Amino acid sequence: MNAPTAVEKLKPKDFATDQEVRWCPGCGDYAILKGVQKTLADLGSRPENTVFVSGIGCSSRFPYYMATYGFHTIHGRAPAVATGVKLANPELDVWIVTGDGDGLSIGGNHLLHVLRRNVDVQVLLFNNEIYGLTKGQYSPTSRIGTRSPSTPRGSVDLPLSPSVFALGAGATFVARSVDTQQKHMPGVLQAAHGHKGASFVELFQNCIVYNDAVFDYFTDRSVVADQQIEVIHGEPLIYGKDRDKGLRLAAGGLGLEAVTLGEDGVTEADLMVHDEGNRTLATLLAEMQAPEMPVAMGVLYRTGKDSYEQSVVAQMAEAKAASTKPDLNALLRSGSTWTV
Amino acid sequence: MRATKAEEFSPVGAERQTLESVVVRFAGDSGDGVQLTGSQFTQATALAGNDLATFPDFPAEIRAPIGTTYGVSAFQINFGARKIMTAGDQPDVLVALNPAALKVNLGDLKQGGVVIIDSGTVTDRNLRKAGFEANPLEDGTLDDYIVFPVDVSKMTLEAVKHTGLSQKDALRCKNLWTLGLVYWLYDRDRSPTVDWLQAKFVKRPEIAEANIAALNAGHIYAEAAELPSGLGGYTVEAAEIAPGLYRTVTGAEALAWGLAAGTQLADLKMVFASYPITPASNLLHVLANMKHFDIMTFQAEDEIAAVCAAIGASYAGSIGVTSSSGPGVALKGEAIGLAISTELPLVIVNSQRAGPSTGMPTKTEQSDLYQSVFGRNADSPLAVIAARAPADAFECGIEAIRLATKYMTPVIVLTDGYIANAAEPWCIPDMDDYEPFPVSFHQETEGFQPFQRVPETGARVWAVPGTPGLEHRIGGIEKDYNSGHISYDPANHETMTQTRAAKILGIANDVPEQTVDQGEAGGKIAVVGWGSTYGPISRAVNNLRQDGVDVSHVHLRYIWPLPRNLGELLGGFDKVIVPEMNSGQLVTVLRSEYLIPAQGLNKVTGQPFKIAEIMTAIHEQNEA
Repeated sequence: MNAPTAVEKLKPKDFATDQEVRWCPGCGDYAILKGVQKTLADLGSRPENTVFVSGIGCSSRFPYYMATYGFHTIHGRAPAVATGVKLANPELDVWIVTGDGDGLSIGGNHLLHVLRRNVDVQVLLFNNEIYGLTKGQYSPTSRIGTRSPSTPRGSVDLPLSPSVFALGAGATFVARSVDTQQKHMPGVLQAAHGHKGASFVELFQNCIVYNDAVFDYFTDRSVVADQQIEVIHGEPLIYGKDRDKGLRLAAGGLGLEAVTLGEDGVTEADLMVHDEGNRTLATLLAEMQAPEMPVAMGVLYRTGKDSYEQSVVAQMAEAKAASTKPDLNALLRSGSTWTV
Repeated sequence: MRATKAEEFSPVGAERQTLESVVVRFAGDSGDGVQLTGSQFTQATALAGNDLATFPDFPAEIRAPIGTTYGVSAFQINFGARKIMTAGDQPDVLVALNPAALKVNLGDLKQGGVVIIDSGTVTDRNLRKAGFEANPLEDGTLDDYIVFPVDVSKMTLEAVKHTGLSQKDALRCKNLWTLGLVYWLYDRDRSPTVDWLQAKFVKRPEIAEANIAALNAGHIYAEAAELPSGLGGYTVEAAEIAPGLYRTVTGAEALAWGLAAGTQLADLKMVFASYPITPASNLLHVLANMKHFDIMTFQAEDEIAAVCAAIGASYAGSIGVTSSSGPGVALKGEAIGLAISTELPLVIVNSQRAGPSTGMPTKTEQSDLYQSVFGRNADSPLAVIAARAPADAFECGIEAIRLATKYMTPVIVLTDGYIANAAEPWCIPDMDDYEPFPVSFHQETEGFQPFQRVPETGARVWAVPGTPGLEHRIGGIEKDYNSGHISYDPANHETMTQTRAAKILGIANDVPEQTVDQGEAGGKIAVVGWGSTYGPISRAVNNLRQDGVDVSHVHLRYIWPLPRNLGELLGGFDKVIVPEMNSGQLVTVLRSEYLIPAQGLNKVTGQPFKIAEIMTAIHEQNEA
């Protein structure tokens, strides 16, 4: 494994470690692990140049199962550690694995800043709307009324949408997929990897023990076609088992509405065409909730901006070009000196 | 009056009284440019060949309401023809630029000392704001002092009239007028200040010209004025100082350069990640201007992110450095534990300030020794070193990087607000005299496991991402001693805990034995200090030894682990006194480590020790 001499393309299993995976049987994390391993293989990634950084929580065990470099850090701080890794070595391919508690509760500040700075990393946020590792307390993405050991009468605070948060933070890439949708996920992960800058991917992930089936109303095989819409840049926003539903700008307001093609004279020409570069549209898409509206999957938003470390490195190069060879002796002797 | 050439300012000497040393305090409103005045006077004094020490003391408020006591900023300098150890217990001369400055500082002035006050600011309104019920120039308050009232405001306006500056801008030259006056009193050369002004205001020559005019006018005024009896021109001869090339340096500069030097000696790049906090921010500012030295600075979103980014950088093969003050270091605690557990090099600078909580951010204290040595969850040992003076911070910066990289451990460098901001003359070292300690990253894939150790040091090998064949996972979970895999095995945890502790204690074999700074290596009294108490302890012990008192001064750089011979050394004294600007932290460590009846001498006023305070304490012990 990890033979440095071979440059042949690795297979997904080459990215698996010999460590026993310690997630609960049936956990959505298994599917994501498989999806990521496949993505790295498809991308032709080199294990030695790949680093997985995580915080604390079920999702954050992820690095132990990847035969790459991995750093399992402390609760909520993976984005900050990853920023340091990228500053020290911008050539490394850095993936952050976090969850709704790790990334949006204790680590909300760092997630905000890694996104707004546009550090060139992929952030995979496993959203299961619950705390798993601490045994089932509600999380910042849990719906109102979630009963948990810490909220026996149901939670009362409003939940947060990870993707809307990311857009608000100024993320330059925001996408979504679902743990079980193995055909869809690798494409999204590849797009995230291809983006220069911070790529945020919200992955709906089922916690089989503490929050089972919480996403079934839009992820169950029987409803996927009608309760999800896969957004594709430049294509009209169409969905439905019979491809007869779509999204158009609501009349007289800043919002989207779901319509059926052929009803009330609606044609494909009336539908919105997805534009990845439009943050307002991306926010409207991210905010859609089933069953009233389909849940949007795919690349909601993507825009090109210089990555943070690229700009930092450019400033360093500029400073080096502008001065002579760095000489500490000269620096110490600069300014006013005198001889005794 | 306008002149541009340095030679035209050579000081005139006429029947000047010779002094061995003088303490001058400049004080004024925080907008009066007092710190600038102080630093220029420092520069001129250094160039005159005096030894010196300074103490800048400024309020937390950036611009407190003008004329109020809490907006008073001060700068004290002690300079002389002899070795100067501290900024001085009591000023001989107080230069007060407004009544509030007089109010705040008069109590510190030596009996019979000189008060130079801007009488133009002594108005009813300003007196009220300063809390004077009557005019102190008239009501006898200053009877015990030599008072020299000068309408600095008016003189300054006259001196700069020809430049056409607005009244507001013109009054901002008051500090230079005052500086000119004090330059005359102590026979200082004005030309370096003239050069400095011309360079600083190269794009605004009218400002440079006005300031130079004010400086010269103050100087001429002093020369021509009828000075009050007891005040005149003075000469302070050059001190006997070891030959070499000198400069003045603040602790923040010296530490920044020391960290840069250590990074070069280790053949690494530095990522310096920090979050602004008083009084630590200057380190970030100095290093942010050193990009051409391969120093990358990162202003993080908070203290935790700063230390985490530094850890990430060390993981990826740079030396990660973070810096803060006590409250910020408290926030970094969990992450420092991660660096201990993953055995990654990390340097944490703590510019200590008075606490707890926000405390007094601009006031100095050395009360984070416990926090440094013990202040984390669980058994989490690391190395702690402390700078004793501004220039010493340079050596501490180098040593911190050496220890962090050699032992794969976090190292805390303790400094404080006083060291960070104070300046002293520094005999500039030659980098060629330092032995490099280049880091070599682990490359061998055969038999590799991430927690395999270098036998001599017990340090983990440093294998960095990007190295083929060494892919591995580390984290804060306990790992197996032999394989590095996650382990919850009870015996293994005990082994790992002991291994981490032994590695840190082993550093004591790699650092010099503790020496005695002054006096014998045994006897009646040892005064043991650490950090910025060096100056006052040193002078106090020196004075008492001249009086024949059997007292020695031991000053620690290595706080943890303690020097290997320290217990034996201290055991050779009848009494051990430990002066600290806290309620007794090192003294507790010494008592617990060596079972000796060491006694604390404690001060927590936010101000450095006075020499007299330490002398009194030693006397009491000597008599007892």
